[in-house]
Amino acid sequence: MVETIVFYTLSALILGLGVAVITTPNTVHSVLFLVMNFLCVAVIYVVLEAEFLAVIQVLVYAGGIVVLYLFVVMLVNLKRDPEAHQDPRRLSLVGLALAGAVLLELAGIVVYSYSREPSAPVAAAAASPVQGNVEQIGWLLYTDYLIPFEVASVLLLVAMVGAIVLAKREL
Amino acid sequence: MPAGFSAADFLYILPELVLIGGAMLLLSLSVLVPRRDGLLLWTALATVAVTLVLVVRFFGLDVTAARGLLAIDSFAAFFKVIVLLSAALTLLMSAPYLRVEGIRVGEYYFLILCATVGMMFMASGVELITLFIGLETMAVSFYVLVGFLKPNPRSNEAAVKYFLLGGFSLGILLYGMSLIYGVTGTTSLAGIAAALRGQDTSLVLVLAVILVGAGMGFKIAAVPFHMWAPDVYEGAPTPVTAFLSVGSKAASFAMLLRIFVVGLPALAQEWSLLFYVLAVISMTVGNIAALTQSNLKRMLAYSSIAHVGYLLIGVVVRTERGVAAMLLYLGVYLFMQLGAFAIVTAQRRSDIIGDELKDLSGLSKRNPLAAFAMGFFMLSLGGIPPTAGFMGKMWLFGAAIDAGFIWLAVIAVANSALSIYYYIRVVVFMWINQEEPVGSPIVIGPAMKVALGVALLGTVVLGIYPQFLFEQAEVAARTLQGITAATVVGGQ
Repeated sequence: MVETIVFYTLSALILGLGVAVITTPNTVHSVLFLVMNFLCVAVIYVVLEAEFLAVIQVLVYAGGIVVLYLFVVMLVNLKRDPEAHQDPRRLSLVGLALAGAVLLELAGIVVYSYSREPSAPVAAAAASPVQGNVEQIGWLLYTDYLIPFEVASVLLLVAMVGAIVLAKREL
Repeated sequence: MPAGFSAADFLYILPELVLIGGAMLLLSLSVLVPRRDGLLLWTALATVAVTLVLVVRFFGLDVTAARGLLAIDSFAAFFKVIVLLSAALTLLMSAPYLRVEGIRVGEYYFLILCATVGMMFMASGVELITLFIGLETMAVSFYVLVGFLKPNPRSNEAAVKYFLLGGFSLGILLYGMSLIYGVTGTTSLAGIAAALRGQDTSLVLVLAVILVGAGMGFKIAAVPFHMWAPDVYEGAPTPVTAFLSVGSKAASFAMLLRIFVVGLPALAQEWSLLFYVLAVISMTVGNIAALTQSNLKRMLAYSSIAHVGYLLIGVVVRTERGVAAMLLYLGVYLFMQLGAFAIVTAQRRSDIIGDELKDLSGLSKRNPLAAFAMGFFMLSLGGIPPTAGFMGKMWLFGAAIDAGFIWLAVIAVANSALSIYYYIRVVVFMWINQEEPVGSPIVIGPAMKVALGVALLGTVVLGIYPQFLFEQAEVAARTLQGITAATVVGGQ
């Protein structure tokens, strides 16, 4: 019952924030809404007992990717509101609050995943020789899904070579 | 449950390992011994040749390897041969073009080989994640290859368009796959088919079919997901366009057939209808749009969209004969399409881009051999006997009639007749239009000669004696059907 309420509240939040991302006129606000969206998705992962995914979601999406977005947005300087510059202290406070939220969420995930009772394992997990969310994902990646995992490394190499080829002025 | 891989698994993925190893070697060589373009080309070609030899040995097998993620069967081998041949021909036609454009060859060859690796996993994957990673590896390689002409704004535009639309379509595809996983609880295609057997068709699954169909439709450039194709084909370096229109299409068709025929036979009615509509509008829109093009690469782009329409007939029909005819047509399409693009590539010289239709004027006087080859490829694409294109179309449309899709065959025949107009127009420009010659004379180097020779030989031989390839295609189609055990009842 509680889980259902949490799930639907989070879903509504995610949808609402998603709409906010594409409707706000200010690009920086849009990216910040995206961060909140990602954080809510991470909470959903925790509710679904996928702690590993939740941590990855926060680290990779809310952390890495959005920082890149912000860099790009600020570099290309998409018609920012001039009043956004008026109070630098307010902006730094927002930044601090966001950083605190991320930290809190990460801490929450860790505390939650260590404190909760282990739930009844689902069928696939029962067959696995290791316990724990992260361990099982690791086990699957290095046994059953070794092929896609290794091909993904080729994919990353291609992306790296491609980025260098396209971005470097003259090799 | 034993951990890790058996020795047999490594044997089964040996071709892919060789290809990846060759790609790494190329990357190192291009740094260690700079300015040795010939050596790099030979390394790339040798890698592809060794891989080809290794793959051919798997023809006739029917096993699953790597814990049920990869199928090593005739179907996969057939498609791997097609993508490897198209990679080899692309490499052969690239060298002079790269020199004229001043492109660094090491990274170029590396990306071609990596795209091929992705295609090979698309051909043999029988599990959604493996298929998706293969598709992504191919797609990312192509995003970069399309934008390789850095000073050329058209190439930049093409790369950005392909990247944005490609990313968007992959998202749609992935959403469809996640719905399938949500309903069935497995990503293995055989598992999905088993989970859906005897179940009622749910709306969620229909939505998933539409989403996956749209994602794959983008990759094969079927109308209405074709908008990117003309711009990307025109802007990309010509050999990359050739590879994009043959290799990536063939691999995407392999993945499409696997997902729908093997994984979703329970929804055959729904997806057959979906691809029926896509086939009809693809061939019609493609052919009508091609009529008015003045740029050769754009024209060939629309013509390839029309060919996707023809090829989709095999998916709609979904009989063993239909799929076999489609595989045969893909083999034929490989030679004639790559041949046509080889000529367009040779048209690029230091003083002229040469991809306009009028640049071909008087080619019959200036280089009769090239004009003859181009004319032959055009007739074959148009489906005029005794070329391979005619044979391919005959088998394909015959399979449609055989399965009771009379109207589909009628529309396809009408479309082929329409398409002859713009193919003949190319011939007219080469023989009858005798304007003042533009640009320096065409020089066809030894590598290009081999590429043209192979393409011409394939088009001629398959026109006279298609039975050999058709028999292989039948074996390949049978292994695909064999997994689901007689999916198909013809008719509508």
